[in-house]
Amino acid sequence: MQFGLSESQQMLKDNARKFFAGECPMEEVRRLMETETAYDETLWKKIAEQGYTGIIFPEEYGGVGLGKVELALLMEEAGRALLPGPFFSTVPLAGAVIDSVASPETKKKYLAPICAGDARSTVAFLEANASWNFVDIHMSAVNGTLTGEKLFVPDAAVADFIIVIARNGIFAVSSKASGIKISPMAGMDLTRKLYRIEFQNTPGEKIGDVSALAEGLDIATTALVCELVGGMQRTLDITVEYAKMRKQFGKPIGMFQAVQHQCADMYLETESSRSAAYYAAWALEENALDASVAVSIAKMYASDAARTVGNRGIQVHGGMGFTWENDVHLYYRRAKSSETAFGDSTFHRERIARLVIDADERLTKSA
Amino acid sequence: MNLNLTTEETKFRDELRIWLEANVPKDWGEWREKPLEESFPYLRAWQRKLYEGGWAAVSWPKEYGGRGATLMEQSLFWEEMARVEAPPMANSLGLGLIGPTIIAYGTDEQKKRFIPKILSAEEIWCQGFSEPNAGSDLAALQTEARLDGDHYVVNGQKVWTSYGWIGDWCELVVRTDSNVPKHKGLSVLLIDMKSPGVEVRPLKQMTGESEFNEIFFRDVRVPAANLLGKVNDGWNVAVSTLMYERGSYGARLHLIFKRAITRLIELSHKFQKDGHPAAQDPITRQKLAQCYAEIEIMRWNQLRAFSRVTATGVPGPEGSIQKIFWSELNQRLQQIAQEIFGPYGQLLAGDQDAVDNGIWSYGYLRTRGNTIEAGTSEVQRNIIGHFVLGLPRSY
Repeated sequence: MQFGLSESQQMLKDNARKFFAGECPMEEVRRLMETETAYDETLWKKIAEQGYTGIIFPEEYGGVGLGKVELALLMEEAGRALLPGPFFSTVPLAGAVIDSVASPETKKKYLAPICAGDARSTVAFLEANASWNFVDIHMSAVNGTLTGEKLFVPDAAVADFIIVIARNGIFAVSSKASGIKISPMAGMDLTRKLYRIEFQNTPGEKIGDVSALAEGLDIATTALVCELVGGMQRTLDITVEYAKMRKQFGKPIGMFQAVQHQCADMYLETESSRSAAYYAAWALEENALDASVAVSIAKMYASDAARTVGNRGIQVHGGMGFTWENDVHLYYRRAKSSETAFGDSTFHRERIARLVIDADERLTKSA
Repeated sequence: MNLNLTTEETKFRDELRIWLEANVPKDWGEWREKPLEESFPYLRAWQRKLYEGGWAAVSWPKEYGGRGATLMEQSLFWEEMARVEAPPMANSLGLGLIGPTIIAYGTDEQKKRFIPKILSAEEIWCQGFSEPNAGSDLAALQTEARLDGDHYVVNGQKVWTSYGWIGDWCELVVRTDSNVPKHKGLSVLLIDMKSPGVEVRPLKQMTGESEFNEIFFRDVRVPAANLLGKVNDGWNVAVSTLMYERGSYGARLHLIFKRAITRLIELSHKFQKDGHPAAQDPITRQKLAQCYAEIEIMRWNQLRAFSRVTATGVPGPEGSIQKIFWSELNQRLQQIAQEIFGPYGQLLAGDQDAVDNGIWSYGYLRTRGNTIEAGTSEVQRNIIGHFVLGLPRSY
């Protein structure tokens, strides 16, 4: 048993860190977040050249065929860099859903262009009730067309096609299809733009059944947790660096235990989130029995931890932490959008409860 | 990353399983609740059996009677022991902490003299570290050892000594030089607890039991040959013992916690909240799920730490996050239990309505000690701040 990174995994992670630091430093993040879509075509092409757009997908569709642990490491570094734009929406979200639900022909049509870096995509799930329970989805396709509204769809404005989750199937809809209207929602996270999409008799192509959706969403959820881990690590690093340098009462503030213990807790929360994220990725890769619980545990813990780490990081920075110029709030904003995406901690605790408490009741009754 | 067991690990586990199946006592349940004074011979006999089977100290090197087990194998060992609900070993401090320290720092004579009897539980060991005025600031300890010919003469007082009442030998940290900075004047002595001038008194703790002792030393003569390591190098010897403490302690906790949360979930179907089973109360469900999740994360944290130690070869200061994590989690677990049981939670062992004969009311009180013993949460956070994150020392 070995719960550390292999040499090639470590290399992938190091390379990703170097790549993002070189191609998307914080100045670039800040430039892109002020644009309408936070998307940059040149950056996207470079990401695709690295093979990142096909990282976990089969080679027959132009993917690299690596595992979920490798995806986890890439997403951790993307999160650390606060990578703006549609990478998450396209690859571990839309790509993973297509890969889980679609037939080989359909994958050639939709997954292959994602792998090649030629297409961007996203998934439209939430409706006005903002519930991540599939049973709360109302939208249903009628004669191959969709009507209704989807909310909080990330990066929809730069998507070439949108994967729409309806009651009676999963549909690919061209962003130029008739009757579609995409309008921005003013989300807190400026690096990942959110959209409202209205459909009016919009034609869609059914790409698969909802029964296989959970697998794709589990991959997306785990990828998002890994992003959060990277963001937490960066917040911790910035904060510790500041606590060493900033002086009050003639001493670095990091010498005071009230400050030091905040940093220690940030470390504990970051490391624990990382353990849970890596375990979930490994469990998905191995189809372990506890994979779904592991994903919920990771999302539950990291959703709360990312917010708490941000709270502590801002507090330790004092007045500086409350300024626009300091980067901590950018991660804090991302943490909020990721906290609610795919269910917040309350949602996942209830999911865990169903699996471990209600399952227990059934066992007790049958015994 | 590969969380499946290797062939060697599977072999180790299977061999252990077979041995445990044939040898683990079936009547531990009858002894478990009895006072340690009564059950101690039973625990000695159990350790003797493990020793004869070659399972008493799997982590020790083979030449000292161990199996040279990797950290993962040690973790498997404790998991299997917990799985079959094996009794604890009588000489747990000797096996877990003091034996490894003697192996690391002892002379050949000391190893020959002490190691076999630690393994067989013929000699029980205790640890004389904390003092009334030296807890977190251990290096400030005052118990003094003065060289007189070929003997040290020891005077002072130790506190919070587990197994003091039954200990045959004690790893004692003493001050041998008071004219140098506090960390540089310490030494470690191996003391025969039957020496004249050693007095052991029970220390009654807030749970009502006396797990720990106070030990008084008045002109106790200790042969100079019983110095462990070099004179005035006691701080390094003591720290190495403390590292073993933080490292090995956490490994066995996952299954114990998992058993506790499983039992609590079972009980949550029986206890009522507002006329419904607590298991149906949304807030209780949230809290149980949180606790269940953290117990899993505790295990994943440990596995990652083991892999890191295996790769780097040394137990590092990051062991402090395990200590903080399990001790605070255990307190939260007990708190949730109390919320589920309501007024029944407070009933002590012996009361006919006590939940599980009072193990939860006991646990509620006992876990307050978890964030204090083996280094307080505050000290652990200082260690992370300074040694892991590189922040300037605060004291």
